[in-house]
Amino acid sequence: MTNHPEFIENTANDGRAEGNLLPSVQPVQLIAPEGTKHPESATAGWKERYALPSVDTLLEGYGRLVMGRRINDQANALVRQGRMAVYPSSFGQEACQVAADMCLDQDDWLFPTYRDTVAILGRGVDPLEAFESLRGDWHSGFDPKEYKTALPATPLATQLLHAVGVAHAAKLRGEDTVALALCGDGASSEGDFHEALNFAAVFHVPVVFLIQNNQYAISVPLRQQNVAQSLAHKAIGYGMPGERVDGNDLAALLSVVGAAVKRARDGGGPALIEAHTYRMESHTNADDATRYRSAEEVASWAPKDPLLRLQKYLHDAGELSADDAERFASDAEAVAKILRDGLKTETSPDPADLFRYVYSEPTPQLHEQSRMLADELASALAPEGVSS
Amino acid sequence: MTTTANRTKPAARASGAPAGVEPVLTGVQTITFAKALTLAMADAMEADTSVLVFGEDVGTLGGVFRVTDGLTRRFGPERCFDTPLAEAGIVGMATGMAMNGMRPVVEMQFDAFAYPAFEQITSHVAKMGNRTRGLVRLPMVIRIPYAGGIGGVEHHCDSSEAYYVHTPGLTVLTPSTVTDAYVMLRDAIASPDPVVFLEPKKLYFTKDTVDLDELRSRYDADASVSSSIGTSVVAREGTDATLIAYGPSVSIALAAAETAATEGRSLQVIDVRSLVPFDDEGVCAAVRSTGRAVVIAEAPGFASMAAEIVARIQERCFHSLAAPVLRVTGFDIPYPAPRLEKYYLPGVDRILDAVDNLQWEN
Repeated sequence: MTNHPEFIENTANDGRAEGNLLPSVQPVQLIAPEGTKHPESATAGWKERYALPSVDTLLEGYGRLVMGRRINDQANALVRQGRMAVYPSSFGQEACQVAADMCLDQDDWLFPTYRDTVAILGRGVDPLEAFESLRGDWHSGFDPKEYKTALPATPLATQLLHAVGVAHAAKLRGEDTVALALCGDGASSEGDFHEALNFAAVFHVPVVFLIQNNQYAISVPLRQQNVAQSLAHKAIGYGMPGERVDGNDLAALLSVVGAAVKRARDGGGPALIEAHTYRMESHTNADDATRYRSAEEVASWAPKDPLLRLQKYLHDAGELSADDAERFASDAEAVAKILRDGLKTETSPDPADLFRYVYSEPTPQLHEQSRMLADELASALAPEGVSS
Repeated sequence: MTTTANRTKPAARASGAPAGVEPVLTGVQTITFAKALTLAMADAMEADTSVLVFGEDVGTLGGVFRVTDGLTRRFGPERCFDTPLAEAGIVGMATGMAMNGMRPVVEMQFDAFAYPAFEQITSHVAKMGNRTRGLVRLPMVIRIPYAGGIGGVEHHCDSSEAYYVHTPGLTVLTPSTVTDAYVMLRDAIASPDPVVFLEPKKLYFTKDTVDLDELRSRYDADASVSSSIGTSVVAREGTDATLIAYGPSVSIALAAAETAATEGRSLQVIDVRSLVPFDDEGVCAAVRSTGRAVVIAEAPGFASMAAEIVARIQERCFHSLAAPVLRVTGFDIPYPAPRLEKYYLPGVDRILDAVDNLQWEN
């Protein structure tokens, strides 16, 4: 026995095929919350070693974390000012989104949830386009095909099946596209979660399912959602590998998600990854998290913060220069300013758009209704006392 | 590292037809409604490699109604294949495929078995074009055998059209003839928008003689035949009153008109066939020409497609009407057990009773 038997046990293949599918006993961690290299950082999984990413990769990741944190802070402020209808904050769990972005190529597809705005910006989507749905002008603001990024899904787990379909289509055409689908711990209870994982495994398509287990589905804690040993253990029931990773450790996420993406691209099929993280803020600005969790519990997660952890690691390793730190901060501030300025600008969504896109060609009935609304608006604008 | 156990082997596609593939039918043929659907899919698959067919039992078996018979043998297991038994999975995966360049045609095995896919259909399939401002269209077809009249057990005979026609963004079609089975399914597959394609299962084994070359020529690259989507057809000319029906009820309406003719009454029959978009113009022109109308449908009448048709006629044709528009529909009950369905289904007598009640004394 070593100090970390959990990492050793998983290397043992006792002859059962399932041996390779089992997740590690403890979540994979490469950098400890204190910002130090995990003593057993080169841990095992899926017959390979999870190595610490290069310094350059970690620096890029750190910059993206700074950006993500700034976006969360700015969006929360804009909601308080009434500039946005709603914002589901991912403060404290940005590392999962950053890892998802960094592990995908431009031609790969990302399927985000409503809490993954940071990941959407990370795909290169214009900040104001990414925030258009949150502002309430339309249901979306960017072209999913241009960025190979699906619209954020509000129904839970439905997007996992779309990811399977996108990957399946690519596979049939002989393309090496990988789809990465994000979901939460609550979504793992949905029927579509089951169907997506089963379809992905049966058709052996290149999809990586990344559960961001932030411990709560709005107010319902994970223990009321699931009594399996872990969410990652569900993978074995579908015949795909599962893995657990510290979702606040960007280094571990990059290594684990990166391995799953590479495996999928190489024809190895789907994988399920459960990232342990925590939603530091309420579900949305409309929620009050103090009703279902204690201040002590929230405080216990503060020292595990992904941003501070990587900052300390890079700083202590002498790899985070003052110049770099300043550049990351100013890049993030520039995006925050785009959001502030952009969301201050009054917009006026065109009511005619209501009818324009329901079908490729509006039906005769929609033409009629569009004219009715246009007439209503025209008469509302006409001077008082004048009737047409 | 790479596991290969589950990987599908590439289809054996030698040049020419693979072994076991039936010759392609051409010319004038007497075929079933089901065969017309099969040919529509086969011809669409032949014309466009992005057309895929999948669902439960559609591959090796050829579908429980044999509508996909031969497609796997002809096009290989990558283009026509069985899925796990999960309807949300089928429609959800089709959605992703349609997002990524494919034109999936999926089969729900029975009307009531499509309900697990309802969230995917209503929240994603129907809305994708609108929510992306037209940037992502989903060219996919959801084929659903529907309605009764076959002595089927419960959950196999629902007329579920109201759920789909009430969902903006879906095109909803239901053919009633062998020709329309071919034409409308081809039009559905060619549509840039998602189509719910409702197949009256009691018609699957009805036959008609059609000229396949003529039907196919409509889909030649230089053909100028317009789509059937959004159009109704006059199934029988008549002058005294208009029977408006669709799908499984068209043949009953025609039978009623035949009987009425022997009694000296000339009934026109309109086959709506495109429930969404609805052909207000065609239906209203027909009703105006007779001044009387009865709408016939198998589904429960409350808040139904039939109710919508009646409302639309009365909004648009009020001054042309000599009598209130009546409905002959299923009762507002769950679909009955096989030995009781004859009491439920709209029949010739019930339709003619409604026609008798169209205030002829006025």
